[in-house]
Amino acid sequence: MSEHVSEQVLGDIPHLSGYSEAELDQAFAAISREVEASSAALSTSEAVEAFRLQWLGRKQGRLKAISDAWLKSAPVEAKKLIGQRFNTLKAEIEQRLERAGTSTGTSALDAEALASEKIDITLPGTRRRLGAEHPLIKTQNELLAIFARMGYSVSIGPEVETDYYNFESLNFPPGHPARDTQDTLVIANQDRKPLRDRLLMRTHTSPVQIRTMEQQPPPLRIVIPGKVHRNDAADATHSPMFHQLEGLCVDTNITFADLKGTLDHAMKELYGSSDRTRFFPSFFPFTEPSADVQISCPFCGGSGCRKCKHSGWIELLGCGMVDPSVFEFVRLKQPAYDPKKISGFAFGMGIDRITMMKYGITDISLMFSGDLRFLEQFA
Amino acid sequence: MKILSSWLREYIPGLTATDRQLADDLTLRGIAVEGVFDLGANGPLFEMDITTNRVDAMNHYGIAREAAIIYGLKLVPLSASLNELSSRAEAERSEAAVEGPAFPVNIEEPTLCGRFTARVLRNVKIQPSTGIVAERFRLLEQKPISNAVDATNYCTLAIGQPTHVFDLDKLVGGIIVRRARKGEKLRTLDGIERTLDPEDLVVADEKRPHGIAGVMGGWDSMITAETKNVLIEAAWFDTITVRLSSKRHLLHTDASHRFERGADFNAPPVASALVSRILLEAGGHQAGPLTDVLISEAEARTAKRPAIAFSLGEVKRILGPTEDPEGITAATAETILTGLGCALAKDGHGSSPHKPGPAPSLDPSRAVSIESAEMSTSDSQSYNVTLPSWRLDLEREIDLVEEIARVYGYNRFRNTLPAFAGAVVELPHAEKESSVRRTLLALGWTEAISSTFCAAADAALFAPQPNSAVPMGNPLSEEAGMLRPSLLPGMLSMLALNLNRDVEDAALFEMGTVFGGGPERVDERPALAIGAAGHALTESDVTFYDVKGTIEELLGEFSSRSFYFDNLQLPAWLHPGRSARATLDGATVAWFGQLHPAEAERRKLKQTVLVGEIYLDRLYKQKLRQPVVRELSRFQPVRRDFSLLFPNSTTWAAIEDKLRALDIPELRSFAPKEILRDAKSIPAGHFSLLLGVVFQSQERTLREEELQQFSRAIIAVMESIGGKLRV
Ligand SMILES: [Zn+2]
Repeated sequence: MSEHVSEQVLGDIPHLSGYSEAELDQAFAAISREVEASSAALSTSEAVEAFRLQWLGRKQGRLKAISDAWLKSAPVEAKKLIGQRFNTLKAEIEQRLERAGTSTGTSALDAEALASEKIDITLPGTRRRLGAEHPLIKTQNELLAIFARMGYSVSIGPEVETDYYNFESLNFPPGHPARDTQDTLVIANQDRKPLRDRLLMRTHTSPVQIRTMEQQPPPLRIVIPGKVHRNDAADATHSPMFHQLEGLCVDTNITFADLKGTLDHAMKELYGSSDRTRFFPSFFPFTEPSADVQISCPFCGGSGCRKCKHSGWIELLGCGMVDPSVFEFVRLKQPAYDPKKISGFAFGMGIDRITMMKYGITDISLMFSGDLRFLEQFA
Repeated sequence: MKILSSWLREYIPGLTATDRQLADDLTLRGIAVEGVFDLGANGPLFEMDITTNRVDAMNHYGIAREAAIIYGLKLVPLSASLNELSSRAEAERSEAAVEGPAFPVNIEEPTLCGRFTARVLRNVKIQPSTGIVAERFRLLEQKPISNAVDATNYCTLAIGQPTHVFDLDKLVGGIIVRRARKGEKLRTLDGIERTLDPEDLVVADEKRPHGIAGVMGGWDSMITAETKNVLIEAAWFDTITVRLSSKRHLLHTDASHRFERGADFNAPPVASALVSRILLEAGGHQAGPLTDVLISEAEARTAKRPAIAFSLGEVKRILGPTEDPEGITAATAETILTGLGCALAKDGHGSSPHKPGPAPSLDPSRAVSIESAEMSTSDSQSYNVTLPSWRLDLEREIDLVEEIARVYGYNRFRNTLPAFAGAVVELPHAEKESSVRRTLLALGWTEAISSTFCAAADAALFAPQPNSAVPMGNPLSEEAGMLRPSLLPGMLSMLALNLNRDVEDAALFEMGTVFGGGPERVDERPALAIGAAGHALTESDVTFYDVKGTIEELLGEFSSRSFYFDNLQLPAWLHPGRSARATLDGATVAWFGQLHPAEAERRKLKQTVLVGEIYLDRLYKQKLRQPVVRELSRFQPVRRDFSLLFPNSTTWAAIEDKLRALDIPELRSFAPKEILRDAKSIPAGHFSLLLGVVFQSQERTLREEELQQFSRAIIAVMESIGGKLRV
């Protein structure tokens, strides 16, 4: 403890006239007044410490001295009454000390000690290294959540597919020019098999549409995330490996207007309620009518910027009503898909592209490089 | 594809829309104008992207046809006569010369060649193109060659029908359309000598082939400056034969592009006339009548294919409501289909074709002008529709539904949301996958995605089973020759990339598919790889124990408690002394540890690299652990430390086994608090272990005698495996 504050010389022990409650109360009231008087000027931390030592000092504190003296001579039956009153008085003194301590900050002792412990709070905090989720996975989960809220379950399928599921059942007949649009990576040594059984890297997630419909009768609402491959040359926006999210909705009375409404709603969830969509005729062998969907540029709100090539619009999706021929292929295994009784729509989008747009990634290959300087930005 | 607005306007004299408006309106109908380039006084050039199914619109006339439908305008009809563009005198001269024998054409393969027209022009003058042909070629940046060759290219640009011009004097006898003979040779116009396949369809004379049908003509009969007499071919070939020949000879030409998508069966006479008119501008005359060999079976499959049933009800069923409450009326549907060139007969009204009134405009801003005397009002009106010869892509009712939606305008349909009563079902492993990912991220591992393919050497090294890797038939590169049997080749490449770029602290993970089996059957399994180097996980260099800790956390996510670590049958890529496998119910679920130094050296990795591969399919067989709360003890735990000395051969696993075997319920937990080797105070061949033990009872405060008894038991079993209490 402190050495520079000396304990005060003890005052006289007040005389106790008797041990009745009234006499005790009178005697304690006198001490209480004395406490009050000596606590009048507790404005500095030195004064507070002096007051504390004067009354509560362990060896020569006045309170201890008085209680020792009074209790020693008191009859047994009065000791309890005296003890209670000393406790009350002690609490009173401690309360005064506490109040004084609050008003002067803390004691000089503590303040000085704490001042010496001062640190530079402007130095950076200690940060535990967090793992970063891959941006593609972030986007994919965001999209899955949007469609889950709209009633879409998740379906997945193999990355190595047969020609039948990747092409034929999706209305790309053998030898059809539409196959030229999807340059395919094939598994070796397939020549001896019939064309429909030959294995290849799926070029889109659409085969999972067929596989799921073969397993499940309508009504059906699924989204299909997955990795796909094409035999394409790599550049800043193209990679032979990329990721799609496909959707399929089949029921009685599903219309093109439903397709429009569904995608418009999903895009508003993704990019905000002010986002707009517009649809253009397109061609996919497995949908008819087919459409390309543009969204109003989320960066400029449609007024035109560099990202939308000053058009105000960005092309983001392909979609269409499921072609009756596709249902005919499915019907071979699941008769409920009668195109005269049911209808449906399908849509697809590039998760990579949406991710690149969202985070301003200009080179797709960065996402597949494992480069931590890139990945750590997503922690 | 480049399209001149001025050329389009020649076919639609009534067109008043601005070029910008025209571009927008075409684009909204799926005839996409990607760019509009100003050519000054010559009007703009449209850069167009026509979808692969719309071969009919891959030329000026086809696009003009679309514009005419949009604006309800009349299209200038095409002529199969030679009179157009020529002066009256020339016309008379050519018509007069038509006397004489027809040029002989024999189609030996009527299923592959449905129509073949041949026209002989004599005394033509081969010279550079002039006039409108030269002008339009200049604007379109089309390389001019000679008036004869340019005429055929002009014809393709104008109406999309490929044609060919032969030097007549190089031909021996008439034309024979036949299959190539085995080993037959043909030098094509690109100068390449080709060996033909018996599957190739060729246009031959009596001696030899002069062209691969629908793909490219022959060198020996090409037009030269000396050519005097020509034979003009305009034909219709089957889509598949052209496509196969084009693929076989790696010859993708303007002609093959159009034929393989389905040309207009009725176009050859028109095309022949157009080419002839251009060529005759420079002189010459037609000799003999036009030869037009037409296979009626082919015509019945194309230009005269049977009418199809179409009902307005299907339009509503598939397309749904429009913004305009009236929706798509019978009149609208009729206008669109007739505009496209269909002939409509109302079902149940006999076979008399529907005669459309003056075509109403489909421009929404002028939609009020729709009125027709024969307007049908019934929602379920049905028709028999005869399809236009130039739209072989139209075959079924749904094709007509699409055309109606397309021409009407997609954006005029409402946005509705379908009702749904089903439930959302999660994938069986979705929760497990996200749990694993969450744990890894929390432990400081960063997620990466690497290539699906790897080099053959890596496949051999990392495949869990020998000879189970799957080779690619047309790999992207030599390094990508195999489907990855493991995620580790990708992981090591990614680590190397970081280390080579001075990112020395790396902790990566990848969750992806690995492949096994073989070309007959490919198995796909989900896997997880982790890889770390440097100070990525703690303040010091990553160790075996950091990786083991992560593996333990991951396994701890799952319900099974029967995980076991050993170092049996370690794979070749792991350091034999600093690696382990984790097993579950006897099956390996993970390999992990330090990358074998030889392997690290081969990959020029100077740093110590820790890797691991986890077979998620095996792990996912376990349920996720469901926490069950143990009641908290009200009684003080008592901690005791034992300082022990062991020979180096004693493993922690042995110590652990012994302590568990004691089966003291009050032994709440124990852990190695400190292990010292090679210190001065420790005898050689030994290590010291500070074993921390916690005792606690659920029922009462432990008595000192009990604690002493437990301690004695612990010391006794430690001594039984070579331990010695240090004093
Ligand atoms: Zn913008």
